Amino acid sequence: MNILLLTLFLPLAGFFVLLFLPRQSKSGWPVALIFSLAAFLSSLGLIGPAFSLPAQQSSAVDTMWVTNLNIHFHLAVDGISLWLILLTTLLIPIGIWISDTLIKERHNAFYALLLLFEFGLIGVFSAYDLFVFYVFWEVALVPMYLMVGGWGGARRGYAAVKFFVYTMAGSVMMLTSIIYLATKAGSFDYAQVLAALNSGTVTLSSTEQLWLFLGFLLAFAIKVPIFPLHTWLPITYSEAPAPATFLIAAVMSKMGAYGLIRFCIALFPNAAHKCADWIAVLAIIGIIYGALLAFVQPNLKRVIAYSSISHLGFIVLGIFTFEQQGADGAVYQMLAHGISTGALFILAGYLEHRRGSMEIADFGGVATPAPGLATAFMIAMLASVGLPMLSNFVGEYLVLQGAAFANFTWAAWAAVGVILSVVYMLWLYQRTFLGKTTSDTVSFRDLGGREWIAIAPLVVMMVWLGTYTQSFMPPVTAATHHLLEQSKMNLEIQVRNAAPHTDVRAQVLPAVAEAGR
Amino acid sequence: MIGNYVPHGVEYIRILPEILLCIFGILIMVLEAVTAEGQKRMLGVLALVGIVVAFAANLYAYTVPGQAFQNVITIDAFATFFRGLVLVVGLLCVFASLGYLRRQHAESGEYYSLILFSLIGQCILSTANELIMVFIGLEISSIATYVLAGYFRDDRRNNEAALKYFLLGSFATAFLLYGIAWCYGLTGSTNLNEIHRVISDPGLRPPVVLTGIAAALILIGLLFKVSAAPFQIWAPDVYQGAASPVTAFLSAGPKAAAFAVLLRIFMTGFGSFSFRWAPLLWSIALLTMIIGNFAALTQSNVKRLMAYSSIAHAGYILVAITADSQLGIAAVMFYLAAYALMNIGAFVVIGHVAAKNERYVRIEDLAGLAKRQPATAALFALFVFSLIGVPLTGGFFAKFYVFRAALEAHLVWLTVLGLATSAVAAFYYLKIVVAMYMKEPGESMADLAPLSSGTRVAVWAAALGTLILGIFPSVLLPFLSYSASMLGRQ
Repeated sequence: MNILLLTLFLPLAGFFVLLFLPRQSKSGWPVALIFSLAAFLSSLGLIGPAFSLPAQQSSAVDTMWVTNLNIHFHLAVDGISLWLILLTTLLIPIGIWISDTLIKERHNAFYALLLLFEFGLIGVFSAYDLFVFYVFWEVALVPMYLMVGGWGGARRGYAAVKFFVYTMAGSVMMLTSIIYLATKAGSFDYAQVLAALNSGTVTLSSTEQLWLFLGFLLAFAIKVPIFPLHTWLPITYSEAPAPATFLIAAVMSKMGAYGLIRFCIALFPNAAHKCADWIAVLAIIGIIYGALLAFVQPNLKRVIAYSSISHLGFIVLGIFTFEQQGADGAVYQMLAHGISTGALFILAGYLEHRRGSMEIADFGGVATPAPGLATAFMIAMLASVGLPMLSNFVGEYLVLQGAAFANFTWAAWAAVGVILSVVYMLWLYQRTFLGKTTSDTVSFRDLGGREWIAIAPLVVMMVWLGTYTQSFMPPVTAATHHLLEQSKMNLEIQVRNAAPHTDVRAQVLPAVAEAGR
Repeated sequence: MIGNYVPHGVEYIRILPEILLCIFGILIMVLEAVTAEGQKRMLGVLALVGIVVAFAANLYAYTVPGQAFQNVITIDAFATFFRGLVLVVGLLCVFASLGYLRRQHAESGEYYSLILFSLIGQCILSTANELIMVFIGLEISSIATYVLAGYFRDDRRNNEAALKYFLLGSFATAFLLYGIAWCYGLTGSTNLNEIHRVISDPGLRPPVVLTGIAAALILIGLLFKVSAAPFQIWAPDVYQGAASPVTAFLSAGPKAAAFAVLLRIFMTGFGSFSFRWAPLLWSIALLTMIIGNFAALTQSNVKRLMAYSSIAHAGYILVAITADSQLGIAAVMFYLAAYALMNIGAFVVIGHVAAKNERYVRIEDLAGLAKRQPATAALFALFVFSLIGVPLTGGFFAKFYVFRAALEAHLVWLTVLGLATSAVAAFYYLKIVVAMYMKEPGESMADLAPLSSGTRVAVWAAALGTLILGIFPSVLLPFLSYSASMLGRQ
């Protein structure tokens, strides 16, 4: 059996098993854990093949799905998808693990939705057919909508609908682009469409390319989110139950970033280059705006939410530098952000569970009764602000380097965001964990054994990602290099076919050549 | 020649489904008189048997395709599909009615025979190859549904629904009939193949303006039946007023049959004329999607909400018709199949929650359904997600197929605007899910009875069909493409 198919369908199998468990059954938790851990173990099997062929499709599955429309069920893994799939399969069991205490009712249904969500995510990260990609993209949306709406805070209904409608509005435009592109190219297969564009057998006029690009971009920009399409995020993050917030921030936001690098850059390089300045500026606005808003939030979860917007801006910036370093940094930052922000949200969930509130003013001096919790938070926070030797440093450094190659001003402005993040995060830490203990926080429990089990793998990963880059980077570099090459090739084709646009070539190719040096 | 015309045996086989439905319908009415009050349920079961037998006959008739009775009807893949579809719709609605009528203490044979008679009309519409047959089929179907809409005669809303439906329906039929008269005057025939021959022959062709008027009059009559804008006014009141299983039937069966006729007339009869009404259909499709989706936003009655949403769905189907291609025809067929299943499923659950005399039909009345009956709520959520167009459901694939056809016909703006309205649709559909999953149970849940067995069959079958169409659309697609390619080629 194909290892990728196994990884994909284990969570779905778990979903069905949980669906048919009796409502009051206590066995939901172990069953969900077993299925998600099995998916994790199975996903480890993807590493070997992906390392040997990082720039190509490994562990591929390709069967006809809808004959009449030439839709293939085509999945595969390359150096980028590999780590995102592993990130998903690692974080879902942790999500299930923490749900046991952080979710109050209807546990089995929640676990079932988590597994369905995992099914959607793995599909998104491995789809090599545009139709299949869209299907999984939406499949991941529904369980998250139900988790936010079914288990969230007081305004959960509003938050869930806003989240769904926002995302849906973006994805229908992507669907239009997909259908248009497939009608033009005669296939939904990503590799075939790409090959057709690269060889010049299918040509898109620059207007067509621009609109198709914008269709995809809208869907991805909402999901990441890129400023000014982020307005669904704060309410969703703060109303969602802790395990759902954790997963939205840690993995769901990566769906958008992944889409940008996989589809927007490679399929529509011409339009991407044309829009790159705008998008980079929006990304930088997001970095600084997120940081500034994080400053003034009185609510712990919201601080992390806005800081998340800020750090996600780096990913987008890195992608639109069209530099090897920028793309590498963006992918690395996806992983690092997933782990560190995920850890912060879990710890925030534990704090909320203990105090029953998320207002920073309700905390203070937590480090005294709960030193373990404080230490874990400290590590995650330092990782998130980009302290060297911890995960995010590598990603943000590479992004800044790529940005400096592409346009030094970008790098300078983005670096401001790094500095700001250190300030607000340390301030947050100070107000929450240091100072005098209050009557409410004095009896805080420290992290228990079960809670450590959830946090420990994330701490290990933060250190590992930050210190030994070589374990992760080679397949990423190979894959992003391949993508950028394809993008460049496609760009040249477009330039050759559309003579008036030679100025684009003049602008871009020197930069690309420089990166190769 | 007409004087000594003797039909072949095979021609009777081609209309066997209608004959069988007729026999069962009359049988039920006769047995009604001799069935004891407590045994009326058996008449419903008899109706089920009749529909299943008719379905089998429909498949059998397809083994001897061709025209019958001097070419007034055609049995081809297209007709077989639509006959099958309306029979499935009838089957699901009878299943749902079994429990509903028992709850209302209104079990009787005439209800079931009316459904069978209406199905006869829809079957005739699906197979008609001649405008007089279209008219006859439409009348048989409509008159039965007028009565069904007002079946609970003590209920004020039922009466209102029936009266509105009847008056506006008759008005629309008059347009259709007038159009048929024009057609006959212009071409000397009511046979679609003959009309096609005359219209596309440069020597015989009547003036374009006059042909246009004839086509427009027929179009108005049919657009009314499919509740397309600006002829959609009746739908919300009728859907709201009629009993839920009847609404489910009205929203799926007659609509499917009317679309079948629309395609048949305009692809076969006026085939060479199609480019002239493309801009008109374009605007009607867009208007229908916009009116349906935006009007639904403000509804608090769940049946009205579904009524407006079904107007919007008619708009999506019109997009595929506007595409005017084989892919478009296949998309219409697929959409109608998926739409029938999900819409019936949704209305059946609504009827179930509404309790006796349909007291609980506001959106808030669905609150807490997920806590009281998780399986029912999950199935309703499935129908809602399918109506929104979330992948792995029939509704998504149907939409995908429609807009694929539209883009292939270069209808870029219609696609963009149509899909944008479908994002708006997500907003009101989700109100249902929010109520079921995110609100605490209220008074309506205290009165909630367990699902009756008939209702359960209807809901589960609809859900299964929705999923199969969404995950394995290939079960239907080759047949649909084939039907589409055969349409208009005789």
